[in-house]
Amino acid sequence: MSGDTLRQLPLAERHRELGARFAPFAGWAMPVQYSGIVKEHHAVRERAGVFDVSHMGRLFVSGAQAGRALRRAVTYNVEALEEGEAHYALMCNEDGGILDDLFVYRLASERYLVVNNAANASLGRERIASVLEPGVELEDRQESTVMLALQGPQAIAILSRVIDGEPPARRRCVEVDWLDSTLFICRTGYTGEDGVELVAPVEAGGALLERLVAEGVVPCGLGARDTLRLEAALPLYGNDIDTDTSPWEAGLGFAVSLDDGAEFAGRAALATVHESPPERKLACLQAQGRGIMRAGCSILHGGRTVASMSSGGFSPTLGVSIGMAYLPVELAQKGTELEVDVRGKPLAVAVVPRPFYRRKRAGQT
Amino acid sequence: MNTPTDLSFSKEHEWVRAEGDIATIGVTDYAQDQLGDIVYLDLPSPGDSLSQGAKMGEIESVKAVSDLYAPAGGEVLEMNQAAIDAPELVNEEPYGRGWLVKLRLSDPAQMDSLLSAEAYDELITREMEENTD
Repeated sequence: MSGDTLRQLPLAERHRELGARFAPFAGWAMPVQYSGIVKEHHAVRERAGVFDVSHMGRLFVSGAQAGRALRRAVTYNVEALEEGEAHYALMCNEDGGILDDLFVYRLASERYLVVNNAANASLGRERIASVLEPGVELEDRQESTVMLALQGPQAIAILSRVIDGEPPARRRCVEVDWLDSTLFICRTGYTGEDGVELVAPVEAGGALLERLVAEGVVPCGLGARDTLRLEAALPLYGNDIDTDTSPWEAGLGFAVSLDDGAEFAGRAALATVHESPPERKLACLQAQGRGIMRAGCSILHGGRTVASMSSGGFSPTLGVSIGMAYLPVELAQKGTELEVDVRGKPLAVAVVPRPFYRRKRAGQT
Repeated sequence: MNTPTDLSFSKEHEWVRAEGDIATIGVTDYAQDQLGDIVYLDLPSPGDSLSQGAKMGEIESVKAVSDLYAPAGGEVLEMNQAAIDAPELVNEEPYGRGWLVKLRLSDPAQMDSLLSAEAYDELITREMEENTD
């Protein structure tokens, strides 16, 4: 077994007690499910669930010119973020290929937090380290903290009770004192639901997990995290985006700032790419019958292979298989009918609007 | 794990209930538990002829797809349409309403090559120990 080489979550023992089953992911032993993927999925859509996402990278960048330095490592103009504001961004290579996707949080005028993918955590750290200037410091807090994602329509009400305070607004972040520790709270997530992501020192993080479970929040694993993000059509690095995809064909143009005059890795290549409209587009496909499409399945149109699935699986909310793929723009139109080769069997699919699932906002019924 | 003593089992985690030359086949409680939420079944059709050990279909959970193997050879008499329509039946009642196919056994003596409940329990105990190492 390769178990001894896998990194263990600080709260692994508690997850085991909560019924977690573990599997390797990006070098970590991660909870894949507790009560069952479908149950956990519905809990997040209908009430609230909590995920331990401590495998994600957590890099704090601080100093008088922290924003200016960080700007050179990422595609988005993070210098322009307000204090307490968060934004999605990318890291690109000189060819404009996507090396990683991440969230940047401006905690204070001279202090930022970067959360990046587990598989790319060290790459992100090296890239940010390479743009530091005198007076700007990089601190990797992956070992000393845990990160929990509390997601679902009841997440905000539950957190308000637990911290006895008001959580931040959408895409805003705050630091609050809780149990003699500093708790970082940001109104972001990866499920398509309202909710927060929380970073806390290990001990306080464990206490927070206990409080949330005591409040009836359902522990959720990576299995449900994947079905939830796929319904929300949120890209997964390594599946839907990588060094061969451009931000605009992925629908991630909002993560790229080209007009602030800043130099960053990939800027010149991205500016060239942006001059022409994309020839393909990340589209959403929904199965018309039974059968489950998975990443890697070929997609046919008129008997000809036109693409392969970048992500695919079963949608617990819709009760059918869904997936995403880069389709030529002329095929990426709502209603286009295609065929997916599922291990030699044809599955009829149709292009549907992105995302598959959109949460009801306050005031909607 | 619940293993009925009146059934026979394959190493691929299928169970068989033989009554004369008619066999009902399904997957075990252990198999459904390992697979997780089952969302799709691809089963052989009535009239199909299966040989022992041959791939007879697929069972797919939210997580992954697995092949189904015929624990004994014969002609398919029936597939469980209720389970095809509601695959969660396999999770809920693997030995009951979640059965998969009925066969007319081509050679009932093949049943002798299958495992008893006791031998199957030993098999899954070993597997579970390996998984937690």
